[in-house]
Amino acid sequence: MKGMTIIVKTISSWVKVLIFMFGIYIIIFGHLTPGGGFAGGVILASSYVLLMLAFGREFVEENLSLPVASKLDCVGALLFAAIAMFGLFYGAACFFWNFIQAEYLADKETAFRLISAGTIPLSNLAIGLKVGASLFLIILVLSTFRPDVSVKEKE
Amino acid sequence: MAIFYVLLLFIIIAALIAVETKNLLSAVICIGAIGFGASLMFLFLRAPDIAITQIVVEVLGLVILIRATIARDLTFISGDKEFFATVVSIVIIFVIFLAGIKVFQTLPDFGTSAFTAAAEAPGMPEPASQTYISQGLQRTGAANIVSSVVLDFRAYDTLGEATVLFTSIIGATVILRKKAKKLLEDPDK
Amino acid sequence: MLYALCFLLFMIGLYCAVVKKNMVKIVFGIMIMEYAVNLFLIMLGYHFGGVAPIIDKSQFDPGTGQIAGSFLNNSVDPLPQALVLTAIVIGLGSLALMISICIRTYEKYGTFDITQIRRLKG
Repeated sequence: MKGMTIIVKTISSWVKVLIFMFGIYIIIFGHLTPGGGFAGGVILASSYVLLMLAFGREFVEENLSLPVASKLDCVGALLFAAIAMFGLFYGAACFFWNFIQAEYLADKETAFRLISAGTIPLSNLAIGLKVGASLFLIILVLSTFRPDVSVKEKE
Repeated sequence: MAIFYVLLLFIIIAALIAVETKNLLSAVICIGAIGFGASLMFLFLRAPDIAITQIVVEVLGLVILIRATIARDLTFISGDKEFFATVVSIVIIFVIFLAGIKVFQTLPDFGTSAFTAAAEAPGMPEPASQTYISQGLQRTGAANIVSSVVLDFRAYDTLGEATVLFTSIIGATVILRKKAKKLLEDPDK
Repeated sequence: MLYALCFLLFMIGLYCAVVKKNMVKIVFGIMIMEYAVNLFLIMLGYHFGGVAPIIDKSQFDPGTGQIAGSFLNNSVDPLPQALVLTAIVIGLGSLALMISICIRTYEKYGTFDITQIRRLKG
C-alpha cells in the first residue's frame, strides 16, 4: 500500500497542518469556546488518519510509531491523574481541587482570558493528548492487522 | 420545532435502511447518515460542544467501520434467525415499546427543561444544574459551562471515561495482536 | 411525541441487535441504540428559546461580577451535555473493541454469520 494519487497527496500535505492547528486551537480554547479535550483530541487523531490514508501506513509509522503513540497515551492519562493528585496537597486538600483558580486567580480579573480557570486548560491538554493518541493507536492497529492467509487455506 | 421532527424522521428512516439492507457498505453509509443527522440535531438543541465532538467521532468511526467491512468477500448474509425466535423477540420488543410509551407520557413535555420542572415541584431540593449555571463562572473561571462541569465539578466522570477508553484500547490491541495465536498453537515454545 | 420517536429509534436498534444474524449488523444495532440514548438525554435538557451554556462577553459585567439574567434564565441544562460528551468518546472506543472482535472472528471462521460460528465451535 503506497498511498493514493499525486493529487490526494499534495492536497493532504497542505491540509494536514491546518487540521492539526485547528485541533490544538480547539483544545487550548476549550474553556472559553465550544470544544475541549475530547473534540480536539479526535481532530488531532483524524489529521494523522488523513496522512495514513493518503500516504500509506509506513509513512505515518516513521513519524509516530506505535510504541511512541502508546507512551503518549499513558503520559496523557498520568498527567490527568497527576493534576488531580496535586489538589490533595494544596488548600482544601481534596481530589480534583482546582487549586490554581482558588489560590492564585480567585481575586484577579481573569474571566474570558486565555490564562484563567486554573487547572481546566491543563486538564484539557492532558485529555486531548490521551484521546488523540489512543484513537490514533486504534486506527494504526486496525490497519496493521492483516488476516492470516494460511489459516483459511487449512480449512 | 418542525426541524426536530424532520431530522428525527430522517434519522429513523436511515436507521431502518441500515437495519434492513443486504449490503454492508450501504449499511455503513446509512450509519454515517444517522451520525451526521444527530450532529445537526445537537446543533439545533443548543449543544455546540456535542455537535463538534459527534461530527469528528463520526468521521473516525466511519473509517474504522469501512476498514472492517470492505474487502470481506462474504458480506451478504441474508435472512434472520429461526422463525419462532424471531416472532417471540419482535413481540417482546413491541410490548416493551408500548410500556415505554406509557412511561414517557409521565415526563414533562418537550420544550420544558426537566430541571426547571423539578425546581417548580414542591418538596424537591434545588437542582444541581441551576448551581452550575449561576456559579460556574465565579467558582471555576471557565466561560464554557460544559467544560467546567466536565473537568471541575464532575471530574470523576472524566477520570472514569479515561479509564474505560484506556481499557478498550488495550483490549483492541491485545485482540488484534499477531503473536497470540502462535502462543496458543505451540504452548511449548 | 419527540421522546416517543427517540424511543422508536432505540427499539429499531434493539431489533437489529436481537434478530439479525450478521455480526457487523449487531454492532450497528448497538450503535443506533447509543445515538438514541444520546439524543434523548440532550432533548431532556432543552427548552424553547434556550441558549447554549457558554457565557458570552456581553452577558458578563466585569465590575460587579454579575451574569446577565438573559443567560441565567434561558441557558439549557449543561449537565446532560457533559455526560453525553464523555459517552460519545466511550462509544467510539467500544466500537473499536467490537470491530476488532469481529475481524478476529472473521479470520478464525471465515464468516460473519453467528449461526455458522456456533456450529463450527462443535
